[in-house]
Amino acid sequence: MTQVEERPPPQVPPPPERPVYTRRRGVSDRARSERRLGWLLCAPAAIVMLAVAGYPIAYAIYLSLQRSDLRFPNAQKFVGFDNYVSVLTASRWWTDLQTTVVITVIAVAFEFVIGMGLALVMHRALVGRGLVRTTILVPYAIITVVAALAWQFAFTPGTGFVNEWLGTDRAWLTERGTSLFVIIATEVWKTTPFMALLLLAGLALVPDNLVQAAKVDGATAFQAFRKVTLPLMKGAILVALLFRTLDSFRIFDTIFIQTQGANDTESVSILGYNQLLNRLNLGIGSAISVLIFICVIIIAVIFVRVFGANLAQQRGDA
Amino acid sequence: MHGQLSKKALWTVAAIVVGVYALVPFVWIISLSLKRPGDLTDGRFIPRSITWDNYSNIFDQNVFTSALRNSIGIAAISTIIAVLLATTTAYAIARLDFPGKRFVLGAALAIAIFPQISIISPLFDIWRRIGLYDTWPGLIIPYLTFTLPLSIWLLSAYFRQIPWELEQAAEVDGATPFQAFRRVIVPLAAPGMFTAAILAFIFAWNDFLFAISLTSTDRARTVPAAIAFFQGASQFQQPTGQIAAAAVVVTVPVVIAVLIFQKRIVSGLTSGAVKG
Repeated sequence: MTQVEERPPPQVPPPPERPVYTRRRGVSDRARSERRLGWLLCAPAAIVMLAVAGYPIAYAIYLSLQRSDLRFPNAQKFVGFDNYVSVLTASRWWTDLQTTVVITVIAVAFEFVIGMGLALVMHRALVGRGLVRTTILVPYAIITVVAALAWQFAFTPGTGFVNEWLGTDRAWLTERGTSLFVIIATEVWKTTPFMALLLLAGLALVPDNLVQAAKVDGATAFQAFRKVTLPLMKGAILVALLFRTLDSFRIFDTIFIQTQGANDTESVSILGYNQLLNRLNLGIGSAISVLIFICVIIIAVIFVRVFGANLAQQRGDA
Repeated sequence: MHGQLSKKALWTVAAIVVGVYALVPFVWIISLSLKRPGDLTDGRFIPRSITWDNYSNIFDQNVFTSALRNSIGIAAISTIIAVLLATTTAYAIARLDFPGKRFVLGAALAIAIFPQISIISPLFDIWRRIGLYDTWPGLIIPYLTFTLPLSIWLLSAYFRQIPWELEQAAEVDGATPFQAFRRVIVPLAAPGMFTAAILAFIFAWNDFLFAISLTSTDRARTVPAAIAFFQGASQFQQPTGQIAAAAVVVTVPVVIAVLIFQKRIVSGLTSGAVKG
């Protein structure tokens, strides 16, 4: 047991150092032209990203500080943080934030557990490995709206097979708890394959002989998995969890299709959408958008801080 | 021997469970699309009898055919633009040494994870003013916010693995730079571009939020939006069968493509995310 724990981590050779001579001797002509070419080749994409994302975000921040209601187009004026105060003092925002967090935490937790199971099956299966790898991609390939509809119909009394199979006549999408269950189940079903693939790629990086060595040293399969495999997969796990958490936090399609936010199943994205497109209140809607953006940044920072892994290093140019 | 056998049985069961998990909702929506109107509420998983009426019905409706046209056109154009822009960027990031390349990658990552809802309000406002609301470019442009970062990440990871020395080797062997590029580099880079294109296309094909926020009519409404609003067309009778048929029509081609190119897609989905 303890021997397993004491085993030193695998030695990773340090990345080769970048050639530094260009900087020490001043920038040579060749380096300068390489630089220029690099910038030139990146420029179109950088400009497009700036235009399609940077500018709208800046504009959203600007709008969030204005009273801007399309029903009263002439009453637009600067109101400072009034919109934020309105949003943050309304219980609606907090209920929806809570709903979103509940959906995100439960969905990602299940995705992680099921995804790890799927990854292990794909990694180790003696039988039908190729078939598993193929079928698992089906949920990934189905568009979210269709997945949401399929699950909605399955749970609709009369139409769906779920009540038939369970012998119940429950109206699943008419109360909060069961609605959230259906929404989360849809999310988990649709996105677990993605999680599984990321985890599988992480599993593939774990050297087989380390796991074998642990078993020779007397570790059970489960101990070897927990003490050797999991720590070595930390980077892959972090990336998978971070991606799925951020993605799940902006959940919109499934809820819009299945409940439209009824019975307190509204997520913050649905709230923002309704303010913008049903109430046409650009100011309040933009404030909500900016708040969601801030939440996403907070989640990302927490992940990187708490899990202690440096994403940039993890993804760095190796 | 006995242990080996029971292990095999265990893995077989695991594989079957995975298969059921992945396929049940998919088979269910196909089954719904094939049911006769009278059987729609029988709650059976497998239809009693099969009809193709739902399919012929949706192809007779302009709502669906124009949405299909819009979806294909908008997703394809957004994908092509993204992959072309990403190819030059990824080439520069993989092969050239210049300050700021980490910044480009970081910006792409930041854009890939930001919530789309954040830019709905400005786009809604700007598009109405400059006449892009409910047009193809009105969706193609916001789709670049995910197709482009995705392609940049994927291609820069891919291009790092290409043995670029082959290009010089070809030139040493007497090929002109252009020949070396066309005969050596293009064949090496093409699979990566193809993978990026499939994934970007799937993302664009899947979008719902931009589609319902920035379109209002057949002019630019894509299939996911059309299906969602199709549902609300009649309050008294849900056209469940037709919705299911439309869902199958937009799903099956993607599923087939994904299954054909599964190796590429799996490596594409994971290369950028794990190995960097």
